[in-house]
This record gives sequence, C-alpha cells and structure tokens, in this order.
Amino acid sequence: MFREIRPAIVLLLALTAITGLAYPLAMTAIAGTLFPVQAQGSLIERDGKVVGSALIGQEFKEDKYFHGRPSATVAPDPNDSTKTVSAPYNAANSGGSNLGPTSKALADRLKEDVDKLREENPSAPVPVDLVTTSASGLDPDISPEAAQFQVPRVAKARHMSEDQLKQLVVANTQGRLLGLLGEPRVNVLALNLALDRAAAK
Amino acid sequence: MTMIGWLQIILFCAIIVALTKPLGWYMTRVFNGERTFLSPVLRPIEVGIYWISGVDEKREQHWLTYTVAMLLFHVGGFLIIYGVMRLQAMLPFNPADQSAVAPDLSFNTAISFITNTNWQNYGGESTLSYLVQMLGLTHQNFLSAATGIALAVALIRGFSRASVRTVGNFWVDVTRTTLYVLLPICVVYCLFLVWQGMPQTLGDYVEATTLEGAKQTIAVGPVASQVAIKMLGTNGGGFFNANAAHPFENPTALSNFVQMLSIFLIGAAMTNVFGRMVGNQRQGWAILAVMGVLFVAGVAVTYWAEANGTSTMHALGLAGGNMEGKEMRFGIVASSLFAVITTAASCGAVNAMHDSFTALGGMIPLINMQLGEIIIGGVGAGLYGMLLFVILAIFVAGLMVGRTPEYVGKKIEAREVKMAMLAILVLPLMYLGWTAVGVVYPAAVASMANAGPHGFTEVLYAFTSATGNNGSAFAGLTGNTLFYNLTLASAMFVGRFFMIVPAMAIAGSLAGKKSVPPSAGTFPTTGGLFVGLVVGVILIIGGLTFFPALALGPIVEHLAMNAGQVF
Repeated sequence: MFREIRPAIVLLLALTAITGLAYPLAMTAIAGTLFPVQAQGSLIERDGKVVGSALIGQEFKEDKYFHGRPSATVAPDPNDSTKTVSAPYNAANSGGSNLGPTSKALADRLKEDVDKLREENPSAPVPVDLVTTSASGLDPDISPEAAQFQVPRVAKARHMSEDQLKQLVVANTQGRLLGLLGEPRVNVLALNLALDRAAAK
Repeated sequence: MTMIGWLQIILFCAIIVALTKPLGWYMTRVFNGERTFLSPVLRPIEVGIYWISGVDEKREQHWLTYTVAMLLFHVGGFLIIYGVMRLQAMLPFNPADQSAVAPDLSFNTAISFITNTNWQNYGGESTLSYLVQMLGLTHQNFLSAATGIALAVALIRGFSRASVRTVGNFWVDVTRTTLYVLLPICVVYCLFLVWQGMPQTLGDYVEATTLEGAKQTIAVGPVASQVAIKMLGTNGGGFFNANAAHPFENPTALSNFVQMLSIFLIGAAMTNVFGRMVGNQRQGWAILAVMGVLFVAGVAVTYWAEANGTSTMHALGLAGGNMEGKEMRFGIVASSLFAVITTAASCGAVNAMHDSFTALGGMIPLINMQLGEIIIGGVGAGLYGMLLFVILAIFVAGLMVGRTPEYVGKKIEAREVKMAMLAILVLPLMYLGWTAVGVVYPAAVASMANAGPHGFTEVLYAFTSATGNNGSAFAGLTGNTLFYNLTLASAMFVGRFFMIVPAMAIAGSLAGKKSVPPSAGTFPTTGGLFVGLVVGVILIIGGLTFFPALALGPIVEHLAMNAGQVF
C-alpha cells in the first residue's frame, strides 16, 4: 500500500497541472484568437462606450423602452452586509426567486404585476413571461407576444406609429433553430438599440 | 405540451442512442490499453506521467489496493481545493479581489467537488477567483469524473475476468480516462461553447453603462473551459450562481441542446463498454433499455406538469405554462427535459430553478436522485449503481425459480447481494435521516425559503441531492450555514464512498470467481423480461424507501395547490 503514496501525490499534481492550468489557459489563448468577441463576453459598444452584453439582460424601466422580464437578483445591503436588497439584473450575482408553486409571495406578486399590465394594455392577454422572473435574473429575451404587448406604451412615449414598432419587433424576432430547438424570442437590448436608431432617423 | 416539444425530446434520445456505440467502442479501447488515433500525441505525455510518479503500468492491483489508491487520490484532491479556496486572496488570477473563503464553506465545497457532487453553497461570480475556478474546480471536475469511470471499469472487469486477483491499475485507468477520453472531447467542446457565446477570458469584470444610464457590472471569466467538463463529467457545479441558466453559461438553444447531450454521452456509452467487455453488446443495450424506460416516463410527467402551469397562474388567466424560474430561450420543454436529464444523470447543473417547478414537475427530479441516479447516472457511477440493482434483480429472479442466480457468467452469491444491499440502503439512511434532523433543528429550519410542504421538499431535496452526489438544488434553501455546510458534506461523503467501497468489494469477489457457461436454466439477461424485472425491482425498492417522504412534500403540495391553498 505504501507504494501508492508517491503516485497519489505526483500523479495528482501532474494531472492537476494539465487539467487545472494548462487546459484552461490554452483554451483562453485559442478561444481569444478564434472568437475574440464571444470570449470577452459579446460586449456591445455604442459611441465607444460599453452599453452591455448581447447575452445579458439589463433593466429597463422607462416607458420609451421595451421592458425585459422581472428579475429576482439581489445585491448586498450597503447598510448591513449580512442582508441583501433587491437589485434587478445584477450581472455580478445571478439567481432566481426560488418561489414555489404554492408560495403566497409569488401569488401576490403575480397578481400585482398582472393588474398593472392589464391597466397598461387591456386589449391583449398578459404574456406569462412578462410577469415571471427568469432563472438567472439576467434573461436577455422576452417572447414576441410580450414585445407586441408593450407596443402601445412605447409608441405613445416615443410618438411613433404602432405599425412601425410592430415591424421593428418582427425584425428583431429570432425563431427556433432549424425550426425545432429553443423558443421564438426577442432580445430586449437589441430591440431597444434598434428602437433608438429608428427614433433618431 | 406541443409537437415541437416532443420532437426535441425524441431527437435528443435518438442522438444519444446513436452515439452510444461508437463512443463505447473507443472507450473500450482506451480502458484495455490499446492504441487509439490520439496515441501519437498523448502516449508520450502518458508515459511521462507514469515515469515521474513511479507507476508501473503493467502492474495490476487487488480491489483493496485499487480502492485505497482511489481514496489517497481524493485526500490530495481535497487538500488542493481547500487550500486554494482559503488562500485565494493571496493567489493570482483574482481580478474581482475575492477574499478568502470561510472554512466551513471551503470544506463543503472541497468535499462536494471530490465526490462529483458539485453542490453550490458558493455563489461562483460573487465568491471565487478565476484561479479557484480553474485550479480548484475545473481540475477536480476532470479527476472526480475520471475516478467514477475508472471504478466502473474495475467493476466491469470483475464481471469479465475469471479466477484472477486483480481488477486493473487505478493510476493507469484515471490517467488514460483523463487524457484520452475527457480532455480531447473538452478541447473541441470548449471551443464550440465559446463560439456559441460563452466567455473564456482572464480579464476583469466588465463595467457597462446601460441604455438608461445605470451601471451594470458584468461578471465574466474562464467559463467555457470549466463548463465543458462540468457537463461531460456530470459534475454540474456552476461557474456562476445561476449555473446553466446564466446566459453566459448557456447562451443559446443549441448550446443548451449540446449540453444536455454531453450530460448523457459518457454514461450511455458506458453501457456499451460493459457489453463489449463482458463479450455481448446486447447485455449493454438491455441496461440502456432499463434506463431509457425510466427516463422517458420521467420526462413525460415533468413536461406535462410544467406545461400545465400552476393554479395561481390559471386563476390570473396566464397561459403558456409555469415560466417562473425559467429562461425564455429554453422555454418549458427544454427546461423540463434538462431537469430530468440532470437528475437522472448525477450532473446537477440546472438551466431553470427547480425550486419554482410545479409540485409534480419538481418531484420527478427528486425521484430520479432517490432511485440512486442510475438512469444513465454519473459517469461511471451510474453504471456501477445500476449493476447493484441488476444484482438484486437477478437475486430476486433466482429466488423465484430456486436456483443460484447468474449474471454474465458469474454466480451471484450471498457476499455480492449483501454488498449490493449495503450500498443501496446507505443512501436513504443519509437523506431521510438528515432531512428528519433538518426539519426540526431550529438553526436548520430558518434556512427554508418557502413555507408549507414546499419548505419540507427543499430540505429533502438538498439531502437527497447531496447523498446522490447530484448537486442540483431547490435553491431557495440557504445552504451556506454551518449546519448545512457540515451535514451536506457528510451526506456527500457517505453517499459517494459508502457506495464505492461495497461496489469494489463486489468487483474483487467477482473477479476471483470462475466463469460459468450459460445453460438451459440460465435466466436470459438481454430480453424484455429482464428489462421489466429490473425496472420493477428499482421501482419497488425505491418506492418503499421514499414514498412516505414524497407524500409529505410534493404530493401534499400538489393537492394543496389544486385546492387553491397558498402558504
């Protein structure tokens, strides 16, 4: 049995060096050369400033922008580090609400949000993704229905025609891959960037 | 449920079945020490590793030596992870200036990674430096996976060899598995993931100014290299807190689909390795069929339950299923499928929050883990877990006809059955025992996030996941407390090693036996009757063990939900 001690140390260190250092560092170098944009986080710049990542959702509250899904991410409370406070779309601390199907807190939140949205747009059914928090709290997408649902509000705030916005939503809708994988969706940041461009014209 | 949803599920199953045979062929060559197409590149590295560590690759080990070598290897792995976590503030590759990880959390995480559980009491981007992610976590993702595969191969050798004292050499099996199976696949896989949008950088967290002018700090890092092995090795510990639900850890529908495939890939191929090594591939297909029946049944229930939504949502007129805790790009079907896959295998990565699943939708992942993660299971671990159930099923069949049971030419006798029962019974002892403590001990009760039966399910899920070395969670439960860090670590440790040691004892005992040629009285183990018998034994043993606990949690919650009750 004693002769197993040397490999337990040396072989472990050798494999650790290969899998824990050589492999990730080599992949970082190769990936940075082959796919420099993705490797850095698919960042989007506007006027030379980073405005976000194409893959990471960000918070939109103003009427003139399309809104993403509710986000349950939190941040440490600045007054008491043992507690946390709500911080939607905190991309340095991902997470979901973890509220279960019989949670009163979830039921109350859903009701409040549904009522608010019904008031905003009574003409269409409230899309479920617009009142449920995502798993990561950073979901960059909403359903095409959820985008169309917001068109009247955005049109009013921007003084743009609803038809123009509807077309913008359609142009920014991604379908299923090969018609099969995933769900149809709209990237909210991309849509809002396109919206700003369209409004500037 | 939609047609497109079912097509995704069918496509997934078809690809897994198609890949089982070629990968099984390749892996069998690796385990038998034969040349492969990668040998010209990797053989010199392999020989070099043996040379510096003083391993004679021709010298085989007794099952006990093999097991001791494995345990020593894990002591070292534990020390490396614990060390880098405690010292991370002083070590390089720490752009976010993470401070030293607390002792109990470091202990829990180190146990978690050496046992292939990868339970996340840590919140990746908010707790760990890049060095810990690479040197601590990525390396043990490889080695705990390689260990599981090596142990399964040793058990298979127990069946395939006759009248010998040895079951292989642990050092050779681990090295060859890492170099020839895991690393090459990960290199290609990692680049695919980056192409899909996964970051792979050592740079700082990005400061962005949003369109509305707010500051957003975006955590990045060497994500893809870790995620590749996290999925392939059924590890499941996330780079980020939200795991595979985080857009950087699972950017697209395609990355999600491939991640699901990679969870099952090696586990499914191991059934073919088993068939090849015992000399009849149909033995492997029969085991895969047992797994397949249980898997498809689980997917159907979870998909149905999630597509159905909750009664709260129905009352508000919300259609489209239970989207709370799910990502838009995956939707209901890919989230449900992922949840069943990750718990059928012992992966534990999540692309949706299981805590927010409907009662029945969340019960299937729980059952998958309570059955011992034998539906494909962890790489290697799933196969040896399943073989323990096969031994029991064969024993039951032997009792029915009154003759000594045999399996692939080996007589199954008292020692094997005792060891199999020991391994199977130690699991419920851990997860039911600790759950009982967790729901009465005041400091533990405070950790529950949801009230009512759902809170109970959170605790049951945590200990089940830890014991089964899964690592997924009903994540509302606050796990980073002294009580949970220590009790979960004990559940992970017992769940892993008290299953491995009996399995290895069986390997040693079987290897020493003569091989009996099949006769007219031998129960055929490649047909439908065998598959049905094993499925039955799994469900009866499993059902008797944990059904009462399920009745207190998800079942009562489902009834309460239908009655319109909230907590």
